[in-house]
Amino acid sequence: MPIMNADTRHPVTITLNGRSRTGHAHPRMLLSDFLRHELGAHGTRVGCEHGVCGACTVRIDGVAQRTCLTLAVQADGRRVDTVEGLAPEGRMTALQEAFRRHHALQCGFCTAGILMSLSDYLERVPRPTEGELRDMLSGHLCRCTGYAGIVRAVMDVTGASTEVADV
Amino acid sequence: MTALKAAQETARDRDRAAGHSAAHAGDRGPLVGQPIPRIEDAALLTGAGRYGDDLPVKPGTLHAAILRSPHAHAELLGIDPSAALALPGVAAVVTGAEARRFASPFLVGVKAPMEHWCLAVDRVRYLGEPVAVVLAEDRYLAEDALDRVAVRYRPLAAVMSVEQAADPASELLHPTVGSNIVNTRSFTYGEPGRVLAAAEHRVALTVHYPRNSCTPMECFVVLADYDPAEDSYEVLSNFSGPFAVHPVMARALNVPGSRLRLRSPPHSGGSFGNKQAVFPYIVLMGVCARAAGRPVKWVEDRLEHLMAATSATGRRVDLEAAVAPDGKVLALSLRQTEDCGAYLRAPEPASLYRNHGNLTGAYCIPHLAVVNRIAVTNKTPSGLNRGFGGGQLYFGLERLMDRIARTLGLDPLDVIRRNLVPASAMPYTTASGGLLDSGDFPATLEEAVERGGLAALRARRDAARAEGRLYGIGYAAVVEPSISNMGYITTVLTAEERRKAGPKNGAQASATVAVDPTGGVSVSVASVPQGQGHRTVLAQVVADVLGLRFEDIRVVTDFDTAKDAWSIAAGNYSSRFAGAVAGTAHLAATKLRDRLARLAAGQLNAPAGEIRFAGGKVFAAGNPENALSFSRLAAAGHWAPGTLPDGQEAALRETVFWTPEPLKAPTDGDHINSSACYGFIFDFCGVEVDRVTGQVRIDRYVTMHDAGRILNPLLMEGQILGGFSQAVGVALYEEYAYGADGRFLSGTFADYLVPTAVEVPVPVILHRESPSPVTPLGAKGAGEGNNMSTPVCIANAVADALGVDTVSLPLTPSRVAAVIHGAEPPRPAGAAVQAPRVSALPATTPDGRGMKGEGSRAVPVPPEQVWAILLDPKELAALLPGCEALQLAGPNTYRAEVVVGIGPVRGRYTAEVALSDLDPPNALTLTGSGSSALGTGRGTGRVRLERTAEGTLVHYAYTAEVGGKVAAVGGRMLDSAARLLIGQFFDRLIGRAGGPATPAGRPRGQPGLLDRLLRLLGIRR
Amino acid sequence: MKPAAFDYLRPASVAEALAALARGGEDARVVAGGQSLMPMLNMRLVQPRLLVDLSRLEELRRLDSRDGWLEVGAAVTQSELMARSTLAEEVPLLAAALPWVGHFQTRNRGTVCGSVAHADPSAEIPLCLVALRGQVLLRSARARRAVPAESFFLGPLTTVKAADEIIEAVRFPLRGSGTGYAFREVAMRHGDFAITACAAVADAHVLRLAVGGVADRPTARDWPFLFGAAMDEALNAFAWDLGGDDDQHATAAYRRTLVRGVGRAVIEEALSCR
Repeated sequence: MPIMNADTRHPVTITLNGRSRTGHAHPRMLLSDFLRHELGAHGTRVGCEHGVCGACTVRIDGVAQRTCLTLAVQADGRRVDTVEGLAPEGRMTALQEAFRRHHALQCGFCTAGILMSLSDYLERVPRPTEGELRDMLSGHLCRCTGYAGIVRAVMDVTGASTEVADV
Repeated sequence: MTALKAAQETARDRDRAAGHSAAHAGDRGPLVGQPIPRIEDAALLTGAGRYGDDLPVKPGTLHAAILRSPHAHAELLGIDPSAALALPGVAAVVTGAEARRFASPFLVGVKAPMEHWCLAVDRVRYLGEPVAVVLAEDRYLAEDALDRVAVRYRPLAAVMSVEQAADPASELLHPTVGSNIVNTRSFTYGEPGRVLAAAEHRVALTVHYPRNSCTPMECFVVLADYDPAEDSYEVLSNFSGPFAVHPVMARALNVPGSRLRLRSPPHSGGSFGNKQAVFPYIVLMGVCARAAGRPVKWVEDRLEHLMAATSATGRRVDLEAAVAPDGKVLALSLRQTEDCGAYLRAPEPASLYRNHGNLTGAYCIPHLAVVNRIAVTNKTPSGLNRGFGGGQLYFGLERLMDRIARTLGLDPLDVIRRNLVPASAMPYTTASGGLLDSGDFPATLEEAVERGGLAALRARRDAARAEGRLYGIGYAAVVEPSISNMGYITTVLTAEERRKAGPKNGAQASATVAVDPTGGVSVSVASVPQGQGHRTVLAQVVADVLGLRFEDIRVVTDFDTAKDAWSIAAGNYSSRFAGAVAGTAHLAATKLRDRLARLAAGQLNAPAGEIRFAGGKVFAAGNPENALSFSRLAAAGHWAPGTLPDGQEAALRETVFWTPEPLKAPTDGDHINSSACYGFIFDFCGVEVDRVTGQVRIDRYVTMHDAGRILNPLLMEGQILGGFSQAVGVALYEEYAYGADGRFLSGTFADYLVPTAVEVPVPVILHRESPSPVTPLGAKGAGEGNNMSTPVCIANAVADALGVDTVSLPLTPSRVAAVIHGAEPPRPAGAAVQAPRVSALPATTPDGRGMKGEGSRAVPVPPEQVWAILLDPKELAALLPGCEALQLAGPNTYRAEVVVGIGPVRGRYTAEVALSDLDPPNALTLTGSGSSALGTGRGTGRVRLERTAEGTLVHYAYTAEVGGKVAAVGGRMLDSAARLLIGQFFDRLIGRAGGPATPAGRPRGQPGLLDRLLRLLGIRR
Repeated sequence: MKPAAFDYLRPASVAEALAALARGGEDARVVAGGQSLMPMLNMRLVQPRLLVDLSRLEELRRLDSRDGWLEVGAAVTQSELMARSTLAEEVPLLAAALPWVGHFQTRNRGTVCGSVAHADPSAEIPLCLVALRGQVLLRSARARRAVPAESFFLGPLTTVKAADEIIEAVRFPLRGSGTGYAFREVAMRHGDFAITACAAVADAHVLRLAVGGVADRPTARDWPFLFGAAMDEALNAFAWDLGGDDDQHATAAYRRTLVRGVGRAVIEEALSCR
């Protein structure tokens, strides 16, 4: 493949939530910006742009990762799944419903990234312990919930119980 | 059953019953009080939320990037934007000149001549202060141009603590004020001096509360446009209020409020008060749009946010209590010094006065002396942050109660018990004028002790201690103020000044409830929710009043100052939603219902007073069969106004403004009821400290709340869990840290440590409900309490575990371990011989200004030859790491182009290098300073040449200060980077002097190793 | 917070990548997982003219054990290594340390070799490589060479790797019989850079302790068998030699405290699981 010139916008084609989408990006354009501002897929949020907060997490070829640490050109030809693809036709998944029941979100800014991490993680580890789950969630920052509702929502869906007893 | 569990069951029931839709008020009792899951979630869970950065922009919109000061304190000598303007895609560079042309300084809340502009005009006073704005076709291009804006500064000494600010010799931030203590007020309530003098025991304590903030996950967003034909600004921003700041913005833009239209997006990614601090950027982007003649969009990035957005105030509190032998506090003296940062930005100094009515907390302390001092320092200006002023106050007060117990040999819980306001005294007027409106504090405490299992926790502590483990229990009792009195801030003024300025008081809330021709009900409030779930609670409240289904109520929360009903107290802050906003919506819905009842009365032939609303029907109390549908009644107002009874206006829309009755202006004696309601919180916790690492583990945390009537237990629990989590951060992890030289150290989310799911335990949450007599629904605020109570509760527990009197926040393992381990075992003799580094091991000191180090290296030529090399500009150029050009600027003074780098991180610095204090061939001083897009650097090295048999031993001692981006994001490696560069200098010196190129201690046998290293660092090509 | 402009190359072969690096010199940089480089690009701390992306090169995806080594190619992610079912048997120290590397989401993309190339003084993988006396396999258009881990790291973010070289793979020696391994670290939060990380290797003759986060690179020391006060003295001497610096989270003295306390704990653990 020839070198992509810094000053040129190059076509980038991804399979976004099952549909082929093409946009254009300079080599330096972050995948987060490409998804949001080039393709108009705003559901993916940007919280820190240095890979710590996890808000921008999506699945690339099935694997949960940060879009702020990925260039758009690196995603070319790959499958990208975002929060918009979780609930086709508005029917929420069991996990999304559990988030609602357990008040696992407030401002909702971190939620998309957490859902995308979970959708990868729970395929690999279908019944995590609370400790394992919290370990995985530590790749996301949430400022509203204290994580309690998130943990309970996941444990509810996986059928496991939380380690902290109810009062 | 927890609220969460109840919610889960409620939600399941509801879903089962009617496929998401049937929940009539009256079916299952009122909706208010039920743990109903949120309306908001469907959009947020599916990616359909619309936050500020998601909204469309007008064609031609320019994207802004802000050039920020790399200095904590400097004179601004000049800005040259020409190179930036020359870049393709750059439309404009806006500087302080445009600010002067189109704007005015912000109003300041104290009587002191301080000018704060939206862009620095002649001086920068904090690291990150906006200096210029580049406007370009996209954000990437705008950032490209930032690095091309040339700014000249003259650095000034930085003032980095309140103690420094109080020193009359400190560099003045605002010379026209004449002091860095910009306001001092003393208050005396009762006879504190006499009581203290006569006291059997006096217990004193000094605490420092660090700077931190709740850092919402979404940063600031501003879209601004200027219409020259109307001389008006239109702005969309995630500003959270208070709208008392709207007049401040309008004044700064030199327009009346009616010409600053401010709208909010439908969703906000959290605020916790912080989004109040977007307001200077609203003005700044307004100026930019006007200067550029095009709409402007700015999205703050995380580095900008951490460095320069806002912060809770730092505070020093010197406390002293007069105490009876049984632990009863007879009088209290508080001397508070507030670190407000570089400017008093509206509504500061509110942090210091928000709790003025409840300075004595939950305690009955009749005599109170207060000295409040406001300091300016070279740090980011402070602002709203969840728990506003409460964390600072209670960290002092509750540490004092703990200290009293320790000093007098009493149980800390008994000291709290002995001082709580008794139920019989409620409502209780505090010494400083607060009116604690409801509650039974002692009974609430005892219930928490019982239900929260304190006895078991004590047994657990005893068992742990018996095993030699470090385990402690802490307590905190606080009152949680909510619904701020707009007048409390004027307590900073003297009574005389207040008379001149006119009275300020109240806390007006507004709500509008309307019915449309189909019977649909819409609600709008001046609240600007930030993720709490206001739409859900308002739908509960209004559905109950109108007898409709939850789903029938449409709540609109994107706010528009041009169209919505609002007043200065509007906004999302001071925990005013449940008490004031939901209460006002209840009043508006009730008013609308009463009007509808009069309409229905004629049609149903019943008196208006007997008309009932339930199940979507309207009927007379005695005859439910004869009913109208709600929608038909509503339609009449729209379609057939001519049929309305005489004198009746169509019942289509009601707007209510409400203000809490007890909120008056400060009295001439400076008594102020600073908030409308006061909830009560009692917390206790058990912590264990690791003996080796000093890490603190929260073993159990119990938090008991009485916040009046609970409107939605699920959402209230969410508020408590969120506040608790942030408070755990404050207690153990989070601090906006600065070096004494002014450099900012917490510039990334890898340095500013927000706790994760691993660090935050789930607390045990308990409730009582003592309805407030002040608010329409009896509710009080609940969202800020743990931000006030939890940091000090954990600190008290750690102090108990360690058995020490002094603990400081955040309780990092390093700090805690220092207490456990005491003095370090000494360095064994000869240890340095095996050092992996070059022949000496420079050490840094923790106290100093920036970095310090010293060492020595052997050079195989005599001192005269070393001297000659150092004094020769050509040789010096070759010695300086990354020096590409060195020109003589004066005697022994040079201007150099230097590319300094560590690994892949490289910056091009224009540096000034000078040799001074020359003592040939024995000693000299080498100084350098420079700046680049990565930041600034200054360093001084004293070099001493000692003659040895082998040649010369070169001794050096240096100090260095690094500021700007590299310091903010790379602080962890700065010292070793400095050593690496010094190592390079000496490697080259030894090389020039004809010695071996490979220094001692480095593995030999790899030719070209050093060469490759130097090439990698950009020193050789 | 957007990267400065750069050209981008996704080479079809390692040879193409090396040729581009040879041409690009100092201004070219290699990216594989990008979990360390991308934040520095976003912050504009690093501004290359050319970015060469190794992440899709099949030739660099090698992950196998042979000749006494576990060899991990440049495109192998930390997650992929962690998921190797035999890892705990092959390189137990690495199996113990990998869960401490960043987070699930960053390990999904971050590579093992990328962490070595980045040379953060606190990083776990370089520490394991030094503790185990692993090797770094470097390759340029000119030549290939194997560098022992202990001479690979020169300082913070600084290694012997030349600008035209890539790390083709790293090699960890397979578990020795009768050898015990232990790893522990102390960080502010889970997944943070270690304040101090300790890795111990103990066989019948030698105790080896490697420490990250204190000196400017991962540093190891060997002792013959030591007990009680002698071990305390040895650890104290090692702690002082490592030195350490203060930062906003921890003092140098605290780092040395951890070398003494946590260092002793990992040595005892390694001895007990021989």
